[in-house]
Amino acid sequence: MKRFVHFLLLLGIWILLTWSLNWQDLLVGVIVAFIVDLLFSDIFPIYAVKVFTPKRLFWLFIYVWVFLYYMVKANFDVAYRVLNIYMPIRPGIVKVRTRLKTDMSRTFLANSITLTPGTLSVDIVGDHIYVHWINIVSDDPAEETEIIVRRFENLIERVFE
Amino acid sequence: MSSTVGLILLIVGITFDVIGAIGLVRLPDIYNRLQAATKCVTLGTCMILLAVLFYAGFNSIGIKALLCIWFILITSPTGAHAIARGAHKCGVKLWEGSVMDKYAEDSEGAEDKA
Repeated sequence: MKRFVHFLLLLGIWILLTWSLNWQDLLVGVIVAFIVDLLFSDIFPIYAVKVFTPKRLFWLFIYVWVFLYYMVKANFDVAYRVLNIYMPIRPGIVKVRTRLKTDMSRTFLANSITLTPGTLSVDIVGDHIYVHWINIVSDDPAEETEIIVRRFENLIERVFE
Repeated sequence: MSSTVGLILLIVGITFDVIGAIGLVRLPDIYNRLQAATKCVTLGTCMILLAVLFYAGFNSIGIKALLCIWFILITSPTGAHAIARGAHKCGVKLWEGSVMDKYAEDSEGAEDKA
C-alpha cells in the first residue's frame, strides 16, 4: 500500500514534468518511478496522508499564508541588515524547546524557522532545537521560545500532529 | 497584462537575489551568511520562477516552474541545516561579536559526561 502510493506520486510528478502522455514517455516514467520506489519507499512518510481532512486542510491554508507573510518579512529584515552601513547584528546560537512530537511536524517547524526573520535552525536534540539567531533580543530561554517557536507551533500542531 | 505582472515579479526577484549575494559578501561568519543566502535567494528565485509561470502560462514550462518552486522551498532550508550543522561539528567558530553559543556549551557538556 505504502509502496503503491509512493509509486503513484512519483509517476504523477514525472507526468507533470514531461507534460506528455506519449507511451514512450510514460514507459520511461514507470521504470524510473519503480527504481526510485525500490530505493526510497522506506523513508516515505505515509502518515502524511492524514492531512487530507477538511479541518486540517483549512489550517494548512492558514499556515501557508502566515508562512508567506513571515518569509517576505524575513527578506526585508535581511535586506535592512545587509544594506545598513553599521550592520546591526547581534548573532548567537540559542536553544528553544518544542512540544511537537512527529518527525513530519518537526521538519516543517525547522524549515519554517529557517525561512523566517533572523533565524536559522542548526540541529535538533531531543525536544530542543538549536537556532542561530542574527539579532538576539533577550537572554531568557522562555522568552526566546515564545518569540521563535510559538508563531508556528500552534498552526503546525493543528495541521500535522 | 500577465507579462507586466511577470516583469514586475522578475525585477523584485532579481533585487532580492542581489541583496542575498551582497549579504553573502558582507556578513561576518558562515552562519550569518547562510541566513542571507537561504532567505533572500529562496524568495528571489521563487519569484523569478513565478515570473516564468506568468509569462508562459499553464503549459509544460509553467508547470515545471511551479514544481521547481515547491522543490526549492523544501530543499533550500534543509540544505542550510545540513551546512550549518556540519560546519558546527567541524569546529567552525562563530564570529567574535556573537553573544552566545548554547550549542557548543551543550555539546561540550555531553563530551565531558562521555
